[in-house]
Amino acid sequence: MNSANYLYVAALLFTIGAIGVVVRRNAIVVFMCIELMLNAANLAFVTFARINGNLDGQVMAFFTMVVAACEVVVGLAIIVTIYRSRRSASVDDASLLKR
Amino acid sequence: MINLALEVGKTATPEATMFWILAPLAIIAALGMLLVKKAVHSAILMAWVMITLAIFYIAQGALFLGIVQVVVYTGAVMMLFLFILMLVGVDSADSLKETIKGLRPIAILAFIGFGGLIVSLIGRATIGHPSIGLDTANANGNVPALAELLFSKYVWAFEVVSALLITAALGAMVLAHNHRVTAKPTQRDLSILRFRTGSLANAAGLPNPGVYALHNAVDVPALLPDGSAAPTSISAMLEARGDVIDSSPFQLGQAEDVEGEDK
Amino acid sequence: MTSNLLVYLIALPLFGSAILLLAGRKTDKWGHLLATALSAASFGVGLYEFSQMLSRANDHRAVTQKLFSWISVGSFQVNAGLMLDQLSICFVLLITGVGTLIHIYSIAYMSHDLDRRRFFAYLNLFIAAMLLLVLGDSYLNLYVGWEGVGLASYLLIGFWNQKPTYATAAKKAFVANRVGDLGLSLAIMISFATLGTVSFAGVKAHAGQASTGALTAIGIMLLVAATGKSAQFPLQAWLGDAMAGPTPVSALIHAATMVTAGVYLIIRSNFIFDAAPTAQLLVAIIGAITLLFGAVIGMAKDDIKKALAASTMSQIGYMVLGAGLGPVGYAFAIMHLLTHGFFKAGMFLGAGSVMHGMDDEVNMRRYGGLRKYMPITFATFGLGYLAIIGVPPFAGFYSKDKIIEVAFNMGGIKGVTLGTAALLGAAITAFYMTRVVVMTFAGNKRWDEKAHPHESPALMWIPMVLLALGSVASGFLFTHGNSLVNWLAPVVAPKPEHQSEMLKPAVVSILALVVVLIGVGIAIMKYLRAEVPLVAPEDVSIFTKIARRDLLQDDFNEAVFMRPGQKLTQALVITDTAVIDGAVRGVARLTKGSGSVLRNTQTGFVRSYAMWILLGAIGLIAAIWVVTL
Repeated sequence: MNSANYLYVAALLFTIGAIGVVVRRNAIVVFMCIELMLNAANLAFVTFARINGNLDGQVMAFFTMVVAACEVVVGLAIIVTIYRSRRSASVDDASLLKR
Repeated sequence: MINLALEVGKTATPEATMFWILAPLAIIAALGMLLVKKAVHSAILMAWVMITLAIFYIAQGALFLGIVQVVVYTGAVMMLFLFILMLVGVDSADSLKETIKGLRPIAILAFIGFGGLIVSLIGRATIGHPSIGLDTANANGNVPALAELLFSKYVWAFEVVSALLITAALGAMVLAHNHRVTAKPTQRDLSILRFRTGSLANAAGLPNPGVYALHNAVDVPALLPDGSAAPTSISAMLEARGDVIDSSPFQLGQAEDVEGEDK
Repeated sequence: MTSNLLVYLIALPLFGSAILLLAGRKTDKWGHLLATALSAASFGVGLYEFSQMLSRANDHRAVTQKLFSWISVGSFQVNAGLMLDQLSICFVLLITGVGTLIHIYSIAYMSHDLDRRRFFAYLNLFIAAMLLLVLGDSYLNLYVGWEGVGLASYLLIGFWNQKPTYATAAKKAFVANRVGDLGLSLAIMISFATLGTVSFAGVKAHAGQASTGALTAIGIMLLVAATGKSAQFPLQAWLGDAMAGPTPVSALIHAATMVTAGVYLIIRSNFIFDAAPTAQLLVAIIGAITLLFGAVIGMAKDDIKKALAASTMSQIGYMVLGAGLGPVGYAFAIMHLLTHGFFKAGMFLGAGSVMHGMDDEVNMRRYGGLRKYMPITFATFGLGYLAIIGVPPFAGFYSKDKIIEVAFNMGGIKGVTLGTAALLGAAITAFYMTRVVVMTFAGNKRWDEKAHPHESPALMWIPMVLLALGSVASGFLFTHGNSLVNWLAPVVAPKPEHQSEMLKPAVVSILALVVVLIGVGIAIMKYLRAEVPLVAPEDVSIFTKIARRDLLQDDFNEAVFMRPGQKLTQALVITDTAVIDGAVRGVARLTKGSGSVLRNTQTGFVRSYAMWILLGAIGLIAAIWVVTL
């Protein structure tokens, strides 16, 4: 089994997540795509830990998970606040900075 | 290119079998997450991807991480997502029509470009580098080895990340806190308000559901003296959802019928 | 030899001018008297210096006075210094003498003018500047005086600037002068570049070492300057219009002094012209052309002042011709200059007297038979007339004939051509001057009943009489015993002992008298015997028409210089607004345009920003991909 296959999967997941951020309009779905990108990165880290034979990659993945959790908490709180004031969860409605 | 194909196609071991079944599923789930209309469906597909990733972690010798992935990510984070979805509007469906001109073609191009670039980079980086495997690293078990690394080499990062967690919790509390701008009306205030309205019809309070009906479930409306349903006894939300049960069959019959049933 | 008095020659009239201009209206009552007194004082200093000079030996006559060190930049050292030698003293006496007489004349002539004080201030300023011109000891000092007289001329021509045509005439004079001044500047520059010095003594010493080409260039530039100041061809168009100034101005500036500054410059630079024969020949040719040019114009003018102006142009042509004939001709050019100063100034004052009596009428067709009403004017004007046409024993006979003789003696085709031109000029001069005299003083009276001609007051005819005396006596005085030639010899180089004589002097004189009599005869036939029409006749030959239009000099200037110049300035204005301003505005428009195009990237949509970030990330990874290839 070639460990690099996991890396290709991670790359694909990352790309899908990146495109998802751009394409989707619902703020929460955008956020989920961001989480997908983080997870793909985690997969890459773990795979490299296996390839290199030491656990540094796993420790990095661990920290990434913690940071992702914090980010989800705060991000969703922000989305809720915006929803409360604007009654809309679409990212396109927050376009006051347009020219 | 041939070497790449050969190297990629090594599929002897059980791990390979597992990989080749689950990886395409994960990718399809991710694509689906991108393309479905309802947000809740996206959340479910996301959960599937996370579980698949947990299996991958365990397969690669990151046992601790795999469990943590299930517990924290799929359990806590995805549930959080679902809660917020419920709060924000589970019915809100994205129309698939794109409002920004030209974004979709550029997105497809970016997808191909980005993906191709990274895949080729990875290929160049890894072909010819055999993987060492984690057997020696995990000799004493994955968790002790991880703990050893965490508390010696990365202890500073560990401390900082814990500070980050505290900050995030505080931040969430601050953002979710709903500061009242007016004083909370007391029972006395509410009572006074009730008598100050135009008509005194609801001065005694709204009727409870199920009054004079056989069942007092929340979705069974109370009956008025003429036998029709009292509209104010059911929550407006249920009415909007159409979850109101017609209470006419639950009407109390004549007194002699009741006595007959009792015997 | 130094003298401490030279500076007073200039300082006295300059002081007068300053007082009258700065103190303003307060000096109206006595300003003119102060100015005249200061001018006379300057004449007194000049006489004193002259007497001192006479008492010294021939080669010690020059005196200098250094005022202060003016420019000291590296190797360019110029002192503000004055030099009085035999050549300058002639001019000093002419300027201050004739100038003082004209001051006296102006007291009466301008007595009705409210701005008389200002007039005298400008007159004093002119005297001071002209003295600086002839006393300067270097080209640069001369240039200061040169510019000063140009300024004074402008102020005086446009004295009655309420009339736009007069102001325009002043501007025209100044602009034409300016073109000449450019020549003088270039001459100074070339002189410094090739010879390393601009003082007269320095240039004279180094002239032998410079190349003929450089000296010819300097000579031609000096000639350009002289043509501008002395109204020679091709810069002669301004002199006729300069008659817009009051008549004393015409007498002083445009007859006796300023217009002779060009001749002074050429003769002062004799060491340059003697070493550059091409330039000298050009000087002679210009002189010959101008003397015929002025004479032809003078034949067709009905305005008495303009006729005299054309005559001045022609006579200066004689002087320039004399100066262009080499060392033999310099002294005779100066002689003619001095005699011309007397008789032309006298005739201008006479014309002013006639105008004063005829209520400022200038058209000669409205004069006629005035000798009975203005006898003194007629007498002085007549003496001047006899002098200018060259009747012996009056002044012009001696000076003009000498020039014609020297011209013929040059030999070859050159000599014959120049001599014939000078002779022809003499004939035409006789014709038109007789025309002027006859139309004004003889014949039947053609003026209407409103005019009442009368003789001028004493303050006006006394200077006229004095100048007429000069016209009579000066010629004999200068020629007797070759006095002027010997006087000027140390400055302009002695006349060669033996000179090829193509024509004996007597033959030349007889020839000249014959052509003069022919000219006088024709004029008398046309204007005395025949009736002079009140309005200039229309059916005349094409030559008369062209001569009436000043031989098309203004049309030529307009077509060749003014219109192309106008087109050039219009083109430059268009370039400025379209190209330069257009470029600036184009930059602004480009910025604005690109800004409004770039603004479209600010859609306000988070997703498009996210797309940009993604594209940037793709770019970065592509770069890494390329680098690690």
